[in-house]
Amino acid sequence: MEDKNQGSESKPTKGITRRSFIRGAGLSTAGSVFLTSNALAFDYKEQHVAGKEFGPEAITLKMKVNGIIKSLSVEPRTTLASALRDHLELTGTKVVCDRGSCSACTVYLDGKPVNSCMMSAFDVGEKEVTTIEGIAKNGELHPVQQAFIEHDASQCGYCTPGMVMSCVHLVENNANPDLEDVKKATRGNLCRCGTYPHVFKATLAAAKKTI
Amino acid sequence: MDTRKEKFPYGIPGHNLSEIEREIPIEEPPVWPVNDELKVIGKRVTRIDALEKVTGKAKYTSDIKLPGMLYAKMLRSNVPHAVITSIDISKAESLPGVHAIHLIENAQKEGEENNNGKYPMVKYAGQPLGGVAAESLEIAKDAISLIKVNYEEKPFVIDIEAAMELNAPIVFDVPITQQEDGGDVGETHDGSKGEGNVRGPSTSSFFGGPRGDLETGFKEADVVVERTYRTQVHTHMPLETHGVVVDWNSDQMMVYASTQNTNAVRNEMASVFNLPKSKVRVFCDFMGGGFGAKHSAGSFGPMAANLAKKTGRPVWLMLDRQEEHIAEGNRPNSIQSLKIGARKDGALTAIQQRSHGTAGVNLGAGVGRIAQILYPCPNFATEQYDVLTNAGPGAAWRAPGNVQGAFGLEQAIDELAEKLEIDPLKYRDIIDKSEVRKVERQRGAKLFKWSRRQPAGSGDGVIKKGLGVGQSTWPRFVSLDSTVEVKIHNGGGVEIRSSVQDIGTGTKTILAQVVAEELGLPVAAITVNIGDTFFPVGPGSGGSVVTGSITPPARNAAYEAKKALLKLVANKWETDSSDLFIDNGEVGSKGDASLKMSFKEATQLMRTSQISKMASRSNDYGGFQQPWGLAYGDLGSVQFAEVSVNTDTGFIKVDKIVAAHSCGRPLNIGQLESQINGGVIQGVSYALYENRVMDKGTGHMMNANVDQYKVPFSMEIPEIETVIVEEYAARSSTDAYGIGEPANIATAAAIANAVYNAIGVRIYEIPITPSSILKALNKVS
Repeated sequence: MEDKNQGSESKPTKGITRRSFIRGAGLSTAGSVFLTSNALAFDYKEQHVAGKEFGPEAITLKMKVNGIIKSLSVEPRTTLASALRDHLELTGTKVVCDRGSCSACTVYLDGKPVNSCMMSAFDVGEKEVTTIEGIAKNGELHPVQQAFIEHDASQCGYCTPGMVMSCVHLVENNANPDLEDVKKATRGNLCRCGTYPHVFKATLAAAKKTI
Repeated sequence: MDTRKEKFPYGIPGHNLSEIEREIPIEEPPVWPVNDELKVIGKRVTRIDALEKVTGKAKYTSDIKLPGMLYAKMLRSNVPHAVITSIDISKAESLPGVHAIHLIENAQKEGEENNNGKYPMVKYAGQPLGGVAAESLEIAKDAISLIKVNYEEKPFVIDIEAAMELNAPIVFDVPITQQEDGGDVGETHDGSKGEGNVRGPSTSSFFGGPRGDLETGFKEADVVVERTYRTQVHTHMPLETHGVVVDWNSDQMMVYASTQNTNAVRNEMASVFNLPKSKVRVFCDFMGGGFGAKHSAGSFGPMAANLAKKTGRPVWLMLDRQEEHIAEGNRPNSIQSLKIGARKDGALTAIQQRSHGTAGVNLGAGVGRIAQILYPCPNFATEQYDVLTNAGPGAAWRAPGNVQGAFGLEQAIDELAEKLEIDPLKYRDIIDKSEVRKVERQRGAKLFKWSRRQPAGSGDGVIKKGLGVGQSTWPRFVSLDSTVEVKIHNGGGVEIRSSVQDIGTGTKTILAQVVAEELGLPVAAITVNIGDTFFPVGPGSGGSVVTGSITPPARNAAYEAKKALLKLVANKWETDSSDLFIDNGEVGSKGDASLKMSFKEATQLMRTSQISKMASRSNDYGGFQQPWGLAYGDLGSVQFAEVSVNTDTGFIKVDKIVAAHSCGRPLNIGQLESQINGGVIQGVSYALYENRVMDKGTGHMMNANVDQYKVPFSMEIPEIETVIVEEYAARSSTDAYGIGEPANIATAAAIANAVYNAIGVRIYEIPITPSSILKALNKVS
């Protein structure tokens, strides 16, 4: 069995697929799932064509990521996080809990934060995806990224992309946030190293510079 | 050995700073003054790898993609105690996209349990049994679900107290030894003594055994406190799970590993596959958190290598969140009874400690040495027992043992102070002989405004405020097997090389700072290439050993390289190299101010491409407490906690923590604050939230995820203020130590003492939840 090539037939079927779970549970984005108090949901309508069936084999999909239209071949069960990490090599987006509880996988869909681990790649449709790799523009860091460096707002750094995404979204949408606003903006972001105090400081400092 | 004498700064600036003369090896660099007089040491230097982290460019092990790479998934037992009668892989094998299946089989070594057939006996739910490598992770998962394992199930035991019963199901009926990455640092628990599931006791440590006579001590006591304290099992939950990518070609096994110890993983892999160490290369550039559990190749490392061997392709094997919780380490729980006696004047007369804890199928569930050494006491004895249960193995977890021990000890000291009618902070002034903690108490109390503390339970209203304090100690461990190479390249460029890894603590940055300071260059001029076992061996990142072990040889190697470079300049200038120095990137002469040359020009004088110097950690100046690297002194801390407790709902909020710490010569203030913040937050989490919940009926962990495994998120983060006390001990060329463990030890005790101060009822068990508050207040039964 060493030399087997990947075939596309006879995938085992499961009772509940991730996609049906996502639909059933509703989208919880940039926050924890409904089991916790961290939910911070944005409305999001799925973009797939009603009635059209995909799969089970991989099919080609077009997706606009960080301003560039990419073409990728993925199975229908592929999450947006997996599409970004495993197919487009955009590994800045991290998968930590894989069930919408930690926000490490936060990306923007048309500017709004979503948990990419909880979303089917096929549901992106024509919306534009922005990942951590797309936050610095023309080699210039966003003030939040600069402030994260200056205030030592990362330790191991694994939560940092998700944190930056949450904090950039805050300062882009709230010209004068206070500490409570920063806490609310990052309340779905888990940092196990406990870097929160420096994340708060950095974001408040960046907000001042952004004005 | 040729030596010379030097005068070093000694003591605490602003308190008792003086000088001390030490005899040091002649080749070591001249003494550094206190931090105020240095350029980059002790300053807020930004992390040299922060740019990669904030832009998403940092490549962690989980991000590695190699041509032809396969994805692997582990097969795990779903019962807690069983003999495996058969494993049917036929359906999985025929699944398209599956490339290899590897099952773990008994090696049938002498002394192992027999009568359990082809496969190892299952001892906990989640035990690794095998693995699958496939074209994608999804296919690998599908294949795992198609493997049928047949078990002959056996009775099992999950609960520590049930396991201590004489008729309990027996987890191991043979003596066992502690796994290398298990439990207490530097102390091995004896699994050969004891009865049933209870092994031990461990009664001594490297600080010695029992002291004096307990009976006499308690007779001398005017007051005695005797209590039982309970702490929970909690898991590490690093954001990046355990895992490796193994690329094994005919000549070399390349292992990308998410590890706290590249060298240990290299040695393990070489040993398992009978390869010379020179043929195994372990690499770890960015690492997504460890907290003590990532010192070993585990079973996933050899599994990935076996699958790579079977397929001839690179194999990616990172665990998922559930596996991480269940199988890759936890801090053992504890049931500790502590009896402490004191005279009317406060002097401690006797401390008796007895503990039981379970590290599941592993040993190492002690409560550390904190009761033995934090306060001098002539009569002391401890008995620490390991209880085996059918649960995932414990592993070292930030200040192993001591966090559990501090929770008991520091509450007992508080209670003793109250019985003696002495303020708990003042009481510690009486019984604590540490000079640095005295300064920490003074500076911390001022910042915290300790003087506003009211008698326990005296507040009005529904929400009651409370203030508490807790102290800690952690040994100064030095790993002598710590080597650094410093290279100066022809035409410019300075490089540091070592296998030591940066697990997020900032090791890369402090190494660059130390070498920059020595070479008179900006930090940005230094390139740090570490986390690679093709470079000289550095220490594992555990026990807060890294800073104290690796920064002195880094400075010493840089000093040697500098001397070699200055010799070349001296030849050109026809002067004596001892007269030359480098400052601000420029070589100058003390004797002749007109002589100047840029560092870059100086490097162009080399006849070879590089100057390369290597240095290993030398013995501490003045020697060690124990020759293997137990240094004199300790890493002491004092933490203050302010809490609000809602006496109607039981809801507890930690409002503020003031954390006063010392770590010798502080190297990077921003990074130290980060680590202290992190230790405190993990302490808050331990005190109030985290708890591994096991189902006694099935042996499965019930909350092996991120949402039901409770930890603080941003809304629960208290205000944290840090006090970093510079303390010079003149023990090495940097005189610096780590802060990882100390930051985490005292927090839970400080919070428990604050909760008592708020509500007037003491709680002896963590996590302290709303339910435990309401029970303590007799509001629910």
